[in-house]
Amino acid sequence: MTTDPSENVYHPPRPRRRQFIADTVKMACGVGVFGLGLGLYSRQSQALPTLALRPPGAIAEDKFLGACIRCGLCVRDCPYDILFLATPESDVATGTPYFNARTGPCEMCVDNPIPCIAACPTGALDHALTDINLSKMGIAVIVDQETCLNFLGLRCDICYRVCPVIDEAITLELLPNTRTGRHALFLPTVHSEHCTGCGKCEKACILDEAAIKVLPIALAKGKIGEHYRLGWEEKRKAGHALINERSVVELPDRLPEGVVLENDPKDPRNRDRSLANDVAADSPPEFGSAIPNFVPSAPPGLGDPQQPQKGRP
Amino acid sequence: MNRPGADAIAEFGWFWAHRWLILRRVVQVGILLLFMLTPLATAMIAKGDTRLPWASLKIVKGNLAYSLTLDTLPLTDPYVALQSLVSGHLPETLGIVGVLIVLVFYFLVGGRVYCSWVCPINIVTDLAAALRRRLNIKGSAQLHRSARFWMLAMTLILSALTGTVIWELLNPVSMMFRGLVFGIGAAWMVVLAVFLFDLFVMSRGWCSRLCPVGAFYSLIGHWSPLRISASKRAACNDCMDCFEICPEPQVIRPALKGEEKGLSPVILASACTNCGRCIDVCSKDVFKFGTRFARSASLPDAPNPTNPV
Repeated sequence: MTTDPSENVYHPPRPRRRQFIADTVKMACGVGVFGLGLGLYSRQSQALPTLALRPPGAIAEDKFLGACIRCGLCVRDCPYDILFLATPESDVATGTPYFNARTGPCEMCVDNPIPCIAACPTGALDHALTDINLSKMGIAVIVDQETCLNFLGLRCDICYRVCPVIDEAITLELLPNTRTGRHALFLPTVHSEHCTGCGKCEKACILDEAAIKVLPIALAKGKIGEHYRLGWEEKRKAGHALINERSVVELPDRLPEGVVLENDPKDPRNRDRSLANDVAADSPPEFGSAIPNFVPSAPPGLGDPQQPQKGRP
Repeated sequence: MNRPGADAIAEFGWFWAHRWLILRRVVQVGILLLFMLTPLATAMIAKGDTRLPWASLKIVKGNLAYSLTLDTLPLTDPYVALQSLVSGHLPETLGIVGVLIVLVFYFLVGGRVYCSWVCPINIVTDLAAALRRRLNIKGSAQLHRSARFWMLAMTLILSALTGTVIWELLNPVSMMFRGLVFGIGAAWMVVLAVFLFDLFVMSRGWCSRLCPVGAFYSLIGHWSPLRISASKRAACNDCMDCFEICPEPQVIRPALKGEEKGLSPVILASACTNCGRCIDVCSKDVFKFGTRFARSASLPDAPNPTNPV
């Protein structure tokens, strides 16, 4: 090894250190600026477009983007090929899986495990979900009552008929059709606790633009304040009223002159009838209990509201 | 100046002077085709085509981030998995097994073997480098090769801060591979941008200076046993072809020219991608694949009849 004479010359440490610091700052700032751009871009891509739906079992969107490694195994194992990986020009975060309800809804595989979920190597699709009927890909919402044929009084019913959870996720609720005066409106009504968000209703909607659309749950659902209590729910849970109902001040019903509120146990004219005899004097009667086999008023043809309708109305 | 490798072509013929390049391209394209076969088979089955046993041709599912081969062998990109981990998510068992297999494999063969033998962007940037030489494009923006480690650190910090696998939003490697297997969309623009960047803006800019994926894999391969060795460095005629062709020429000097300083002939720097192009272009057959422990055999102080000092 040769000795370089310059090695014996004293080099003050400062310029070198200064150079190192300058280089480091330069690099940190350059990469930092790039990182800032990337970070802000990522914030934008975190907003999943409303009409892109994640596969069943997808964990919450903000966690999903950290858990999904964009491998596309769910896409490959979907037996119906409805899933896509987002390309960079789309609004969905690049490389992540999604489907579009209007063009290709989830076919709700009854397999256990669910194929797309079983394929996921990271748990971005939650492996705990084994019953497709419990999945929550979104919630169907009748977004336009003005164009929905059933709301117009016609019998389209298609969203109701194609629903894989028919009569639970979508029911037809009957109302009198005031336009014709003698028909019923069969209103498709989504029940969020049963709706999986598969999108078959949106796909099936015969309108040019679907009147029923699957929306992200956060967008579709309202939320009651934490401090709210629904009196009837609390009463049911407790098994009895939470207040002393006898201490409730009775206020007179203000009715047009001569009108008798039918079945009203508080009305003395009703109490006089023999039918009201079995009302215990000291317990406030349930609504309608004055009449045996009383059914709370419902339009004829609606059936018993205690039992949800099964089959075709 | 002659094209790098001209002497080797004259000496050994074109094929022999490109043997590692050809093998590498076969492997790179072969891997890509294996992945592309699966969607093709699906499409053909859907069409009702029976000319080939399509179902049995679905060999590999997924892409470079994670794949499942023959429904048994999981392979996970450890860099993507690490970003996912720092964002606060632990993968499923198969995903973790895949990470371990990949880590062990690239530790053994050299981390950046991923870059030169698997990564599809390598074909693009090699093409840009070749065109740069052919068109004699001089001048390049300067950026230190350590920038990629800053990029690596930045992506990990950002993944933690944003809770997303951040580099996958932009990674040209996965965009190109995923694009070719799952549908390319506008990802070709990103690939083209990398090509033009390397061609006109910065020589060997992407793979050797900016790409955090390569930086990560070079860390895996820091102590890899499989290395290229300038075992016949005494025969070197200073034609500089290896420096000219090498994407990371700084790794060659200590091995090739370090004899007087008592340095090993093995290219130990983890930036080396084990691409083997130096072996191809050397007309004096200086380089060969070997292990990192080959040092004692060829050190100048060890008597070596084939390598007289």
